[in-house]
Amino acid sequence: MKSLRSPSYSRYKKGSSSHYLSLISGLTVLVIAAAWFAASHYGWINTLFFPSPNALFLAFKQLWQQGYLDISLGQHVTASLLRVLVALAIALVTAIPLGILMGLTPVIRAIFTPILDFYRPIPPLAYLPLIVIWLGIGEVSKILLIFLAIFAPLTISTAEAVRRIEPHRVQAVRCLGASSWQVMKWVVLPSILPELLTGIRIALGVGWSTLVAAELIAANRGLGFMVQSAAQFLSTDVVVAGILLIAAVALIIELLLRQLQKRFARWSLYDN
Amino acid sequence: MSQLQIVQGQLTFTHGEAQQPIFDKMSMSINKGESVVLLGPSGCGKSTLLNVFAGFQPLDRGLVTLNNQCLSGPSGQRAVVFQDDALLPWLTTEHNVEIGLKIQGIPKAQRQKISHDYLELVGLAAHAKQPIQQLSGGQRQRLGLARALAIKPDFLLLDEPFGALDALTREKMQALLLTIWKETGVGFLLITHSVDEALLLATDLYLLQGPPTQIITHQQPPFARRFLDGETVRSLKSDSRFTQDRQSLLDQLLEVA
Repeated sequence: MKSLRSPSYSRYKKGSSSHYLSLISGLTVLVIAAAWFAASHYGWINTLFFPSPNALFLAFKQLWQQGYLDISLGQHVTASLLRVLVALAIALVTAIPLGILMGLTPVIRAIFTPILDFYRPIPPLAYLPLIVIWLGIGEVSKILLIFLAIFAPLTISTAEAVRRIEPHRVQAVRCLGASSWQVMKWVVLPSILPELLTGIRIALGVGWSTLVAAELIAANRGLGFMVQSAAQFLSTDVVVAGILLIAAVALIIELLLRQLQKRFARWSLYDN
Repeated sequence: MSQLQIVQGQLTFTHGEAQQPIFDKMSMSINKGESVVLLGPSGCGKSTLLNVFAGFQPLDRGLVTLNNQCLSGPSGQRAVVFQDDALLPWLTTEHNVEIGLKIQGIPKAQRQKISHDYLELVGLAAHAKQPIQQLSGGQRQRLGLARALAIKPDFLLLDEPFGALDALTREKMQALLLTIWKETGVGFLLITHSVDEALLLATDLYLLQGPPTQIITHQQPPFARRFLDGETVRSLKSDSRFTQDRQSLLDQLLEVA
């Protein structure tokens, strides 16, 4: 019976099954890569629709050496990263305080919930034309589009984290003589940190996926721009290279945030 | 001598249109150095009374006073220990004790000394640097006590603090509580479901029923004071008077339940 297993046995089983699952994941990637190589080699797929491994390698090499449309690969990556990071910074300073207020104050929650519930499910591409009409085709429109995609999930996750704070923790600190500000500093902010970091991870994922839409607006640099521009010339090798770069940057950001979570919110893994 | 009082308290809870009177014209006091225990069936209003004393629950009418000064909201003179310990899991053992001192603006060196003293009092000095996740249930309750005592409150309000502990740990915690009472002279308000615990720890024992909350009996068991005179918890619990009082109290409790 599962419940009668000793902890050490469970740990052993968990460890060995984790290796086994990693092996399966690795094999899946290998099978896909092998199928891709074979399909290219035997001409099963038209290279116009999907590049061969060799073409993709050459596309990466060319992007690395010459950039794309006279702009270096570094500049494309930096432009995209800056847009997402500026949008995230603005979202952090607006969504977190609003989320905290919504979590603490039912009236503020009642005011903002319908607004967030209304616009959160709308795909950013749907309101993109409106943003262009209001703000033109400059950087502000691109950043606003990504900001709007990030703002709602970050606000909602913050508000929910605040609502889930153990009331006894707040009461215990209040009867140690804490003011409202001290309760915020010593209980509320540390309590919500793990969920906040998860919220940032989710929000950044959403923001990064909105990037291509944002770079539809008269951009001349950025990974999203590169993918769209290359698609117009049917350069599927550059399109796929761009997609892989977008995925790689997203993965690096995700890994960095996981490290932050491990560093600052390790306690939440063991808290009961 | 410090005195914490509820004077002519009235409280009603509203659920939709229904109104549930919790208590009316309730008066109760705790003096510093006394150990007041509230015993009664579940839902009779014990925890609500503690919340009123702590300042978490405002009264509809009546007053909560400390030395005849009206109180509104919680303050450092009345520390609370909860059944679920309510510790801050992102802090280490010693930092949990220091949090109240930090809030009061006490310098670091002094904080560390006070924290060490109270961790020693509750037998956790060796665990000072550990994350609290490494502590057992009983150790976490002792840490909760140390955190509350470190700010030197006049009154310690304990809401079923040992309810989730096993029998052996519970008895050790009862002995620890009596030792703390003896050494600090703090006033206790303890809520419990355990007749043994109530008899052992109370200088003033209120048997309650409700809602609305009413005091059925007010007794003054001698056992806590006998502990001060040097008797041990084991010998007190083996005393024939303890057994008789326990039976009588249990009968009364069964009548009101």
